[in-house]
Amino acid sequence: MNDHRIGSPWNGTGAVLSKELADHMGSARMRMLEWLVVLTAAAALYGAIQGIRQTTASDPFVFLRLFTDTRAPLPSFAALLGFLIPLVAIGLGFDAINGEYSRRTMSRLLSQPLYRDALLLGKFLAGLAALAICLTCLWLLVMGAGLILLGVPPSVEEVLRSLMFLLAALAYAGVWLAVALLCSVAFRSASTSALVALGLWLFCALLWPMLAPAIAQAIAPPDLATLLAGGVDMHTTAWQQALLHVSPTTLFNDTAITLLSPSTRTLGPVFLSQIQGALLGSPLPLSQSLAIIWPQFTGLIAAVVLLFTAGYVAFQRQEVRA
Amino acid sequence: MSRAAITAQGLGKDYGRRTVVQSLDFDVRAGEVFGLLGPNGAGKTTTILMLMGLTEATRGEVRVLSEDPWRNPLAVKRQIGYMPDSVGFYDYLSARDNLRFTARLLGIPAAERDSRIEQALGRVALEDRIDQRVGTFSHGMRRRLGLAEILLKRAPIAILDEPTSGLDPQSTESFLRMIESLREDGTTILLSSHLLDQMQRICDRVALFNAGRIALMGPVRELARQVLGGCSHEIRVEADGADLHQALAAVPGVKSVRVDADGGYILQAEADVRAQAAQAAVLAGARLRGLAVSTPSLDRIYHHTFAEDPAS
Repeated sequence: MNDHRIGSPWNGTGAVLSKELADHMGSARMRMLEWLVVLTAAAALYGAIQGIRQTTASDPFVFLRLFTDTRAPLPSFAALLGFLIPLVAIGLGFDAINGEYSRRTMSRLLSQPLYRDALLLGKFLAGLAALAICLTCLWLLVMGAGLILLGVPPSVEEVLRSLMFLLAALAYAGVWLAVALLCSVAFRSASTSALVALGLWLFCALLWPMLAPAIAQAIAPPDLATLLAGGVDMHTTAWQQALLHVSPTTLFNDTAITLLSPSTRTLGPVFLSQIQGALLGSPLPLSQSLAIIWPQFTGLIAAVVLLFTAGYVAFQRQEVRA
Repeated sequence: MSRAAITAQGLGKDYGRRTVVQSLDFDVRAGEVFGLLGPNGAGKTTTILMLMGLTEATRGEVRVLSEDPWRNPLAVKRQIGYMPDSVGFYDYLSARDNLRFTARLLGIPAAERDSRIEQALGRVALEDRIDQRVGTFSHGMRRRLGLAEILLKRAPIAILDEPTSGLDPQSTESFLRMIESLREDGTTILLSSHLLDQMQRICDRVALFNAGRIALMGPVRELARQVLGGCSHEIRVEADGADLHQALAAVPGVKSVRVDADGGYILQAEADVRAQAAQAAVLAGARLRGLAVSTPSLDRIYHHTFAEDPAS
């Protein structure tokens, strides 16, 4: 018997997307998260501008320093985004599916002519669109504030680099949105889903950078003679790098540093052979920076696809009784 | 009678080793009200979900207007308006906005949406609440909104899962009238309920459901004839002036006579013997004050059927 189902799996995606997007943009939860991001970002930006005014005489990438400069006790704008994006993404997605069950709307919704595919994809795209709108607004605010407060326009490369950073931030947001969506499928209780997603975020952001070196040393113990000579065991370092890059936080941080600090020439250990003939401190062209972060960027995209697929498979297997 | 709108053959569902629905064979004819009646947990909702392609049948097959709901769910869902047992809406949206979302999912053209929504809400007497948030609605109003969604869809088949569950008597009465008006539109209605007596008055045919199987199926009067020893009619005679017990028991077709709490005589008969009962009462010298015929209650038929069933 042919079990192939008839009809487009995307039927109804647009309706779900527009309804969910409207819900997100109008929700008190979203407004609260937006204010949190805008206020903390404004503080970070203010600190960066103060620092730039005091220290910079001539810098070809002065605009990019708006994203990277820090002034104690505030972190840089980019670091702040790396911390807050997962929070907003989880806030948008933790009750996407289980919320339909708890509102008892799921079976009524799926009795309309749409597949589950469309429901899940519509919700994911709506969350992503809401995040894209927020991040774009934030980017425009930063560029606008930079124009007014620094008094110089950004160069084309600065605009391109910051746009690429925006894209990477969106991919990073997509990862956490997919995590939240997966949790909302896996757990019927919204609070459990939120706690698990936040736990994963804290694990990736805080614990994993501490655990990865220890695990790397356990897997590939460093050569004692090399350590005593003050060297670094490359085998252990390679493992440590590989393990660190399992975390989307590391992938995003690498991408942000490379794009916003054009002088970044490598993300791993630096060998003498790599810096021979290089003008230290001189910026890399955008294409070279992109080549450096390409694995990280594609890693983020791959994580989005994998997590979304996991959520999709879990959702397809669920019984609809609410 | 007309062709079948829904047919199920050998339909069954297992969850692991647990059989929830055994092997159902039934059909729902176009334009009729068919009741899937039985206690909670009997497998009614699972059967409905299989009919709509929302859960895969373990065995057997279903056709809804000749379409296989598992293979072509979108086509089937376009033909079915469904109201789940605990119908939920987005509380933060108004009745209009909730239905607008449904209308978009159904692909109703934007120009028609609002007029169709207003029309549907008008039919369920919610026109005054059209722009109120659903969060402020009572249970009964939510049920009516669920019915409005079915009306908006203009589907030829309506499936109502426990439609009167949790409603007060007044709301139940009004809701049953709305279901009857849906039938008058020519909609085929399949409803499931554990409230047998409420469903008796609106169902053309019923399937008595228990422990995942259908024990009896047919018009209520026919079921009464099968189950209650051929008694398809229950006649209540109100009279005074004489003891009518023997006179009424002697009427041809009367199987039994008993006296109810109000002093009325209840006759179980295999046909409508009102005329003969009236004649017998008058001949016995009694003053006849009332005569009414009814079908034995579904509740009675159900309990009679499943009384000795260990699964019930």
